[in-house]
Amino acid sequence: MTRLLTCKRFLQELTDYLDETLDPEVRSELQRHVNECPNCWVICNTTEKTLKVFKGMEAKPVPEAIQKRLLDALEKRIAERGPICEKKPQA
Amino acid sequence: MSSPPPNSVSVGKLDPAAEPPVSGPFDEAPLVARAKAGDMSAFSDLVKHYDRRVFRMAKQITQNDDDAEDVLQETFLKAYTHLGDFQGNSKFYTWLVRIAVNEALMKLRKRRSSRTVPLDEPIDTGEDEVVREIAVWDENPEQQYSRDELGSILEEAVESLKPAYRTVFILRDIEEMSIEETAEALDLSISAVKSRLLRARLQLREKLTRLFKRKGDDAFAYL
Repeated sequence: MTRLLTCKRFLQELTDYLDETLDPEVRSELQRHVNECPNCWVICNTTEKTLKVFKGMEAKPVPEAIQKRLLDALEKRIAERGPICEKKPQA
Repeated sequence: MSSPPPNSVSVGKLDPAAEPPVSGPFDEAPLVARAKAGDMSAFSDLVKHYDRRVFRMAKQITQNDDDAEDVLQETFLKAYTHLGDFQGNSKFYTWLVRIAVNEALMKLRKRRSSRTVPLDEPIDTGEDEVVREIAVWDENPEQQYSRDELGSILEEAVESLKPAYRTVFILRDIEEMSIEETAEALDLSISAVKSRLLRARLQLREKLTRLFKRKGDDAFAYL
């Protein structure tokens, strides 16, 4: 019973646990749980790996035709509005 | 003869062939300062440095190539138009992401009926049902796939999430914005971001575990 409750609590805290934003006391309590509970260890480990896989993905270059249309649209906007004017603080 | 006004410098053609400066860590601040002073080549460098990330994010949120292109254009056109108002209180990229997310969500809302605005969907915060696959992964499972195959797998996985979860995951875990920045960009509370992020992470873990789990671990469970 206690273990199930703790597993649920561990899951609720998983985001903060992985992001390392928990108080040291709470973190060590969860750390103890994950070391003793094989299911939570697997969930924690595979969630961490999930995040790692996504973080390693680089965005593909924008297709040339789309990039050209973007730059053309910007050229047009620049021609219409002129260069950027930084707003000066009012005196 | 008088000097040209500062805003007239470097307002030339934006060169699509010119490569953005990529050597070393990218420092956007000097480029932003130059762009604000009217140097269009600096703005062009910012566009070319960030366009792929804005485009990817737009595609992931809208799940539609045409909408993603519109979002890409609108984002940089608005950034150009309002750069003079950018005070530098956040990173330029964070500011850009906020514009892009708003544009992408507007596209989504236009495509759906007013009764099903995705970010207003009630969020089920019960975590129990999303943890079904309990199995360890192969060592470096991603190496079993080519870069393109893995890219498609990950894109599909993200796109399968509900918009409310997907958007939070994209900003926090793909674009690596902080929880606070994500909350600000989406106009959500910190606790709403954390709750959606947990749900998104667990759902993605579930999907990837089905592909990456160690062979023979199908019946792996300890309880």
